[in-house]
Parts: sequence; structure tokens; C-alpha cells
Amino acid sequence: MYDPQTRRRPMNPYLGGALAGILVVLSVYGAGKFFGASTTFVRVAGYLESAVAADRVAAMPYFMKEIPALDWQMTFVAGIFLGAFLASILGNTFRLLAVPDSFAARFGRSGTRRGVVAFLGGVLAMFGARLADGCPSGHGLSGTLQLSLSGFVALACFFVGGLITARLLYGGR
Amino acid sequence: MDLWYGLATGALFGVLLQRCEVLRYDRQLGALRLKDMTIVKFMLSTVVVGMIGVYGLLDLGLVKLSVKPAVLGGNIIGGLLFGLGWGLVGYCPGTAAGALGEGRLDAFWAILGMLAGAALYAEAYPRLLDTVLTWGDLGKLTLPQVLGVNHWLVIGPFALLVLLLFRLFERLRV
Repeated sequence: MYDPQTRRRPMNPYLGGALAGILVVLSVYGAGKFFGASTTFVRVAGYLESAVAADRVAAMPYFMKEIPALDWQMTFVAGIFLGAFLASILGNTFRLLAVPDSFAARFGRSGTRRGVVAFLGGVLAMFGARLADGCPSGHGLSGTLQLSLSGFVALACFFVGGLITARLLYGGR
Repeated sequence: MDLWYGLATGALFGVLLQRCEVLRYDRQLGALRLKDMTIVKFMLSTVVVGMIGVYGLLDLGLVKLSVKPAVLGGNIIGGLLFGLGWGLVGYCPGTAAGALGEGRLDAFWAILGMLAGAALYAEAYPRLLDTVLTWGDLGKLTLPQVLGVNHWLVIGPFALLVLLLFRLFERLRV
């Protein structure tokens, strides 16, 4: 789709996706790492919590399983931020925006309203991702490309849940 | 060294996600509203190429798989909860970081929410471990194991199915 605001065409998603597929293969071959993102949020949450209650965090079973420390996935997620920042600056598509266009068209330009929805959605999404043991990266990409049963089951449920919320919010429009 | 590989891989992935506009709320909700399949095209292209590459290298003995166990209780209930939340937030954990990188300030609230969600899950974990996470625990299963066939007999039909889906998307102009 042509974006009149930036006058720049996006990369073809089939091409971009295929290049990302090659990137996954190189990462698995070179570093032995499959893509994932949601465990990083656990480690960062544990790190932040341990600033106020270190003993409590050290005794919590989930933080014993996912130790709050810097690892490959954390720098991977930081890299996504960095890569997106550089690409948007160089491509002149960087845009400081508090409310996405389609959200604003349906619910108005209130940054507070959008912020509350984004926060609550984030809480629910991450709780679900941890219960499912992965997000669209860990299950949706890495799980399915290894043909894992858990990946296909989780990915299908991600979309079923998402379709329901989108239907409730936008009513099929 | 792992940390530098992670940063470089993430940065390249971030460039591709940004250039294809996969990071945008409008695109993610576009898919969930069945109006704009950009993110599905991107995702399935990655999966098919990654599948062929990883299983090719596996046959040559050059890589190891890292399959997550199928725990149907967790995968299904957690997956549905994720989806319901995803429809609200319009970013997934990886794309929220990227969206913030391209200036989307609502992604900041999304990330804070996700950190709170992770903290909440850590509190609930001991109780979930004895309940939901014991339901339908099948272990580290792959589709070829379930079906009892060689992996290429799954990859071939899967790739064909994806190509047919892509053709449908282009016909419907979504």
C-alpha cells in the first residue's frame, strides 16, 4: 500500500519475510539460536523487581527458571528496536505518533485512551504468551518452522483470540 | 559473543520488519480484521524459507532443533489469552520494541503492560504449574512424529498450502 504521508513504498512482504527466513537459518547455523522475544520481558521484569525486593525475586520459582540476566534474546530484542530506529530514520518513515491511524479513526485521538488500551492489552498478551510458553516469534516463527505441535496449536490460538477482539472492537468494519 | 550475534540478528530483523511495515498497529489489526494480510504474508514466508533451510541443515547434521514441549492446556489457554490481548495492544512482544524504534509512542505503554504481565505471570506460576500446565502434556512433539512420516512429507504439502493461500490473498487483494 502506498503511504501518502511518507511517499515511500514498503518492501514487498513476501521478499522481506523470505529474507527474514534466511536470517533465521543463518542464526540457527551460526549461533544455534532460534528467534523469540517474550522471555526477555520476564527477565527484565525480574531485574526491575529485584531492585526493590531482591530476596523475594531470588526465591520465586519462575525467576529461578528464567534468571534475570543479559542473554542472546535480550540483545536480539534490543536489536529489533535499533534496526527499526535506523531503518525508519534512513527511510524517512520515522514518525512520533501516540495514536495509530486506524485506532484514531475508530476511537478518537486521545493518547490516554490509546495508552490505557495498549497497557491492558500488553498485560493480557504477555500473561498469555508466558502461559503458552511463547509469542508469535517463539511459537509463531520458530515453533512452526521446526514443525512443532506446540507452535501450530499456539499460533492458531493467537489468531482466534485476536480475531475475536478485533471483531469486538471494530465490529467487522 | 552470543550477545553480539543477538544484537546483529535483531537489528537485521528489525530493518526487515520496519521496511515491510509489519511493526505497525494498523497492519497487525488489519490482519485481525481480515483486511490487510501483510503480516501474514511476511510471517508465512519466513516460516517456509526457515523450515526448508533448518530441516535441510538438520539432514546434513549441521544444526540442532529446539522444540518446545506441547502442553495443550498452556498452549491453548495461553494462546487464546495472548490473542485477546494482542487485538487490544496491536503489537506482539518483538514488534512492540520495533514500533517504539520507529517512533510509535503507544508501544511504550504496550511494553510497560507486557512487563507487568510478565511480573503477574511470575506470581501466578506456582499455582499454574500444578494445574493448567499439567493438562495435555504431550512432551516435545513435532508434526512428522505425530503423523509418523518423514519431515519432507510435511514440509512439501505445507509449502504448497502456503502458496495457495498467498494466491488467494492476491486474488482478494488483501
